[in-house]
Amino acid sequence: MSALLELQSVSQRYGDKTVVNDMSFALQQGEIACLLGSSGCGKTTVLRCIAGFEPLAGGEIHLAGRRLASVADSVPAHLRQIGMVFQDYALFPHLNVQENVGFGLGKLSRSEREARVMAVLEVVGLQAYAQAFPHELSGGQQQRVALARALAPKPQLLLLDEPFSNLDVDLRERLSREVRDILKSQGTTAILVTHDQHEAFAMADKVGVMHQGQLQQWAPPYELYHEPASRYVADFIGQGAFVPGRVTGPRCVTLELGEYCSAVPRQFAEGDQVDVLLRPDDVVHDDASLVTAKVLGKVFRGSEFLYTLQLDSGQQVLAQVPSHHNHAIGEAIGIRLELDHLIAFRRA
Amino acid sequence: MKKQVMLAAVLAAFSGVAMAEEVTLYTARAEQLIKPILEAYEKETGVKVNVVSGGEGPLMERLKAEGTNTPADIFMTVDAGNLWQASNMGLFQPVKSTALAANIPANLRDPAGNWFGLSVRARTIFFNKKTVKPEQLSSYEDLADAKWKGRLCLRTSKKVYNQSLVGTMIADKGVAATEKVVKGWVDNLAAPVFPDDTKMLEAIDAGQCDVGIANTYYYGRLLKKSPNLQVGIFWANQKQNGVHVNVSGAGVTKHAKNPKGAVKLLEWLSSEKAQKLYADIDMEYAANPKVKANAAVASWGSFKSDLINVSEAGAKQAEAVKLMDRMGYK
Amino acid sequence: MSRLHTLVIPWLLACLIALCTIVPLGVVMLSALTPDPAIWSHLIEFTLPELFKNTAIMLLGVGAGVLLLGVSLAWLVAVYDFPGRRIFNWALMLPLAMPAYVLAFAQVGLLEFTGPVQTWLRPHFEDMRWFPQIRSAWGLVLVMTLAFYPYVYLLSRNAFATMGRRALEVGQSLGLSRSQGFWRIALPMARPWIAGGLILVIMESLADFGTVAVFNYDTFTSAIYKAWFALFSLDTAKQIASLLVILVFIVLVLEQRSRGRRAYAQAGRAAPQPRLLLAGWRGWAATLAAGSVVLVAFVIPMLQLAYWASLDFANQFSSDFLGYAWRSVSLSLIAAMLVTAIALVLAYLVRRQGSQAMRNLARVATMGYAIPGTVLAVGVFVPVAWLDNQIIALMGWGGDVTAVFKGTLLAMLLAFVARFLAVAYSSVDTAMNRITRSHDEAARNLGCSGWALLRRVYLPLLSGGLFTGVLMVFVDVMKEMPITLMTRPFGWDTLSVRVYNMTAEGMWDQAALPAIAIVLVGLIPTILLSRQRDVA
Repeated sequence: MSALLELQSVSQRYGDKTVVNDMSFALQQGEIACLLGSSGCGKTTVLRCIAGFEPLAGGEIHLAGRRLASVADSVPAHLRQIGMVFQDYALFPHLNVQENVGFGLGKLSRSEREARVMAVLEVVGLQAYAQAFPHELSGGQQQRVALARALAPKPQLLLLDEPFSNLDVDLRERLSREVRDILKSQGTTAILVTHDQHEAFAMADKVGVMHQGQLQQWAPPYELYHEPASRYVADFIGQGAFVPGRVTGPRCVTLELGEYCSAVPRQFAEGDQVDVLLRPDDVVHDDASLVTAKVLGKVFRGSEFLYTLQLDSGQQVLAQVPSHHNHAIGEAIGIRLELDHLIAFRRA
Repeated sequence: MKKQVMLAAVLAAFSGVAMAEEVTLYTARAEQLIKPILEAYEKETGVKVNVVSGGEGPLMERLKAEGTNTPADIFMTVDAGNLWQASNMGLFQPVKSTALAANIPANLRDPAGNWFGLSVRARTIFFNKKTVKPEQLSSYEDLADAKWKGRLCLRTSKKVYNQSLVGTMIADKGVAATEKVVKGWVDNLAAPVFPDDTKMLEAIDAGQCDVGIANTYYYGRLLKKSPNLQVGIFWANQKQNGVHVNVSGAGVTKHAKNPKGAVKLLEWLSSEKAQKLYADIDMEYAANPKVKANAAVASWGSFKSDLINVSEAGAKQAEAVKLMDRMGYK
Repeated sequence: MSRLHTLVIPWLLACLIALCTIVPLGVVMLSALTPDPAIWSHLIEFTLPELFKNTAIMLLGVGAGVLLLGVSLAWLVAVYDFPGRRIFNWALMLPLAMPAYVLAFAQVGLLEFTGPVQTWLRPHFEDMRWFPQIRSAWGLVLVMTLAFYPYVYLLSRNAFATMGRRALEVGQSLGLSRSQGFWRIALPMARPWIAGGLILVIMESLADFGTVAVFNYDTFTSAIYKAWFALFSLDTAKQIASLLVILVFIVLVLEQRSRGRRAYAQAGRAAPQPRLLLAGWRGWAATLAAGSVVLVAFVIPMLQLAYWASLDFANQFSSDFLGYAWRSVSLSLIAAMLVTAIALVLAYLVRRQGSQAMRNLARVATMGYAIPGTVLAVGVFVPVAWLDNQIIALMGWGGDVTAVFKGTLLAMLLAFVARFLAVAYSSVDTAMNRITRSHDEAARNLGCSGWALLRRVYLPLLSGGLFTGVLMVFVDVMKEMPITLMTRPFGWDTLSVRVYNMTAEGMWDQAALPAIAIVLVGLIPTILLSRQRDVA
């Protein structure tokens, strides 16, 4: 099966500054992808290149087998059949909800248009607000109007530029689930841009982590978390601490906390000095363990505690512990490693 | 001791201010034309003359609104129509002055002494020397003849000079005859009417039209600027009632604070010396018959002027405006 | 106490401000009760039909002209990049510094039969009748369009700069081409700003006297002047002026009605967007279009004025001249600050109070803009003189004292407030519309309310709009003629008074130097204005 969207070595420059560098990825029909990165990493620019708002400095973009853009020529933005939800929603203040949503349906007849508008409003749950003006709606409602407006013309691809950044956390979580359900129910292929990994994990089938205009890794969220391709990704995604270790066999590393051997062989030579990423869930509290660590800090998270622990060497690690193990700061507790995935990088 | 000296000095300073005589003048006449004459008066007499200039309508309205508390001693304006109107509104007080009566001919002043003409302006016919011979011209009325079709230029009927011209025509010939003349003018126009006489004279010079009606001093100014002007002057209606003349003039306001000073200033303005200044500065004709016209003005020749009392034009002004409206003279 | 603060004081203040306009308006409109039948039957038969026709042609022509020129140039400059764009950004504002009556005379001087253009062409053609007559309706529309388009340009350019490119992108994401996006999104979204500029233009056109006088084109103002000066009926003049005021009121109400429930405050933020590059011949075409407007509306008329001024420069440039200039500048500055301060208070009261009654009061207070200056001057002068007479009588002064308020700067400034409040109000009010309700709420939530809210939140956020207001009123007062003539104190002759004195006698050569000075002084705020990013 060939991909719906394909970016091949896409680059983009503002003046001398390279904003996007040699970016390639593919997206299958019906998939939801997310470009994740801190602000200024170039993720929004990629979105704008796909939408057709920015010219390419290198590479090509293909959609459904058609070349959308290359350095030499490009399909005008309005002919790409790509919908977009803007960060500030960009609702038309002079039109009511119905008119906003029906805006891109100029080619339909009046009755078809009305039917489509009402259908989309139903999808986003705003039938009752068809006659309201944008300023009369809440932030979440405005967001859903923006989504409905972008969905109404049935775009081949939907782009969402930080769609939830203007909303509060609760609403953000709820809406991101809702939006994912809506997109999935419509079979919409979508790319979302965000700096919030929870949002990315909640929404996306594939996540692309970007850093300084480069795509660091393009993978499903699980893989990203457990098998980060670079030290940057490992650091950026999730929590954890790097602990020094020494390679003691083709599959084994010795840490302060003992030797660990993974199921899969790694590309290290024996004797190499490495840094091993320990996620909080890799460090398990075990009163029976001989290894102890001192509690430096703790954060209560309801079902569990996140402890910051200090090993004898002074090295700090994080541990996720069920919340009935309530230890005081300064107390020494027994721990042991329970690693499923060995994440190690050669020390520079 | 010291204190007393200072006090005396202060008092002296105050009384000095209070004693310097002042006359305040509201004028609708262009300030730059009247200022040099008033400065000559200040120099000669030490009397301070305050000047407020503005449009005649607003100034009259201002005088009316100020009532007894007006600072104005004299109201000065152009055109008999305006003077007539001001006196009709009761803004003037009658003045009896033998000097003024002697200096200003009777037809150039209000019979009741409310106002006095101080300069005379003649409104006559001008022609393009290349296309028109003076023999072809005769009177204002003749310009309505079909032979001038597409050859006549006029200034807008909104200007009071044309209203007075038509007003005297109404007084002289009646409404019906005047309507015919005005209609004929409008039919003969070579270009939309002009906003001022200068532009109209330039149009005659450039050949846009062949004849037109203007005040002589505009011609004088234009000649000074461009001596090669292809425009000639023709004294209209010499075989009939004579050239239409109008005045600029002034009167003492009803509630003048310094009526004596005002009369003194008016008398001085009518004197030969001041009248000579009038004649020279703006190339108008002096109201005082003893004063000769300026040399350049005199070179245009002498003429017979319409002896109808200029105040009659004022009385007919509103009627003239309506008549021109009816005939489509804009 | 709190009732006093929230109810009595705001209303008191608003009423006081509105009185500046209501009293002169009342003086003007009360005359409608006593029409002179003889004059009115004449007017109705011979004058009014043409008057309405002429006024309609002028408004439609000038309105269409300024929309076409102002909006298209604003769009070009705000959204695209082309050679010289940075210069045109402010250069297109330059005509704002030139009084319409000056532009009118310069253009007529250039293009009429006796002007240099036709004089130069004449030897080359047998028949010159093909050359359009500049002193005609189309000539007037052309000159007024060139003189007034900057109002629309300025306001819509700033609207486009903040949301123009974004509007295009939204449109494109919904399948609209750029031109469709302009017509269907950018234009409707910029409507309040465009309409604001258009209303200023309509009011300027309706109240204009100098320009129509040069063209001898009969509109309401010329009828007002004629009724007053030729028919000697000030009452009739005031009655015609009342008609004019009613006309303006209808325009304002219609505009407001058509906005309905829509709100135009921008939701969310809009970052400045990079411009779209017009490459190749398109870029140069844009340069040519913008360049020819600047040339025809400003550069060429200025050259004509400069030529006239050079004919008698030595005589004209005297110490008197510097005096006129100094008084013009200081008067305009004082008036601009005062008028803008009052506009701020009014706009704030309207926002805080929010009631329809207060809104209507504000609308009345800003209607003076449509009243011709001379009529308004009478409307201010008559009550001030009456007040003076009452005070003098009451105090038993008499004799030496002839004036308390009249002929003082105060009376003059009151007239300027009545005349120009609309100018300052529109820029302050539009800026205020940009402050969202959450700003209010956030501040009040932090314990900041009333005048403290105005000072700590509004003033800083409004500084752009206020600055714009000051600049626009400054330029307008510089150009103003009839009110200055009528209400100025002894010796307060300004540049425009000088221009009046010279033009009244047809001495245009000598009017040129003060006219240039008005333009040059007006240029400083105009250029500042064009650099204002946050204009209204």
